[in-house]
Amino acid sequence: MPHLAVSGVHANYGALEVLHGISFDVDRGGIVSLVGPSGSGKSTVLRTLVGLTRATRGTVEIDGDVIDYRSARAIRAARDRMAIVFQQYNLFQNMTVLRNCTLAPVKIKRRPRSEVEAEARDLLALVGLADKADAYPDELSGGQQQRVAIARALALRPDILLLDEVTSALDPELVGEVLDTIRRLSDEGMTMLLVSHEMGFVREVSNAVVFMDAGRVVETGSPAQIFDAPRSDRARDFFGKVLRH
Amino acid sequence: MERILAQAPDFFTPGNVGLLLEAAGLTLAMTVVGCGIGFALAFVLVYLRQTPGLWALPLRLICIAYVEVFRRIPFLVVIYLVLFFIQTVSTDASLFTIAVIAICLYAVAYTADIIRGGIESVPQTQVEAARAMNLGRLQTMIHVVLPQAWPVIVPPAIAFAVSFIKDTALVSQIGVFELTFRGKELNNQGFSGILVFGTIAMCYFILSFPLSLLGQYLENRLATPRGQRRARKLRRA
Repeated sequence: MPHLAVSGVHANYGALEVLHGISFDVDRGGIVSLVGPSGSGKSTVLRTLVGLTRATRGTVEIDGDVIDYRSARAIRAARDRMAIVFQQYNLFQNMTVLRNCTLAPVKIKRRPRSEVEAEARDLLALVGLADKADAYPDELSGGQQQRVAIARALALRPDILLLDEVTSALDPELVGEVLDTIRRLSDEGMTMLLVSHEMGFVREVSNAVVFMDAGRVVETGSPAQIFDAPRSDRARDFFGKVLRH
Repeated sequence: MERILAQAPDFFTPGNVGLLLEAAGLTLAMTVVGCGIGFALAFVLVYLRQTPGLWALPLRLICIAYVEVFRRIPFLVVIYLVLFFIQTVSTDASLFTIAVIAICLYAVAYTADIIRGGIESVPQTQVEAARAMNLGRLQTMIHVVLPQAWPVIVPPAIAFAVSFIKDTALVSQIGVFELTFRGKELNNQGFSGILVFGTIAMCYFILSFPLSLLGQYLENRLATPRGQRRARKLRRA
């Protein structure tokens, strides 16, 4: 049974349908990457999974449990099991790095503060920022903020980590530190779904790649197959442009 | 001028000065209590106004209507409305209570828009990040949005309260013994209008000027994130 199974998901922004039936699976401990041109709906897939964009049709299953996005309780359950990291980090500007990581575990999961703080400090150490626990987000570089955002997501103890173009707002020299963090998580067996334009990285870490265009999945396959031998014209055209340089 | 000088010793008797101090205290109390409660209720109103869902549509409309209506009514009319409404319900409500309720109703409408502006100045992405980790609407408001909205809310809210000290003069119309009412009384006793209302004017200035300074202090100290941070660090130390 796949860890995460998405099938036939449609989603709207207002009256405009932006996802027209998305389907793919992610195995436990696996890494699946969503790639494709801007505006193809990759980020919307992640937003829909955590209930920020409302799914109008289709089903999402985690370990076989169907999530009904029409019910607020199901959305809470989905958010309990999946954590999202945003392109723009979205750290809470009014809190220290540590409190960013402990807020939800303490307030929502009602775990003891001392235990949560110890775990958060371990996670900050994992992303290489043990010494920044008491800093405020605006005192950190973009790469550091993004690593805090990853630590904050991990502090929620998610089953599945969703990473939405986590390197595209960063200076090129800061990209490496974030990718290293993701590599480390993959070594530890974290199930991840990522949206990325870092094709070299996607190819290296992914078990499967989903190529999307205009709100649809065009094709799905192993990185080698999708990048080197795409079956569709659209994918061939797209990779021809992005992989050339 | 000679008349003013001649009257001054009779005017500034301990009795009259006492009356004026009492009246100044009443003016200040009405403003602080009315605006304070009004400010707190304005938060509730803004929060209710943002309730999502179709079922909450009447609630949202009521909140919007309240703000729009009260912002378009002269304060004096609000005072009379409250006076006559309360008097039909209860005969033993004090004029002070009536004045405070009127100030409160008015302050809610004005500060609600200030608060809404502050809340809307916080990027929606902060709210999404909070909601995605299962923080509820109220928790998101308390832990994430309001702390970041303070810098935008505090300065105009204090400016509103300070300027409202002057507007409370209107409640003298229903006979609350506040500053302007006492002024009219003393003027009727035969004291020079210039002397009396000159003194009353000074009293208003003395009341509101320190509050403006307090406002500026709070603005610098609390309202900027760095200032908040400094305050927290000092508390921790």
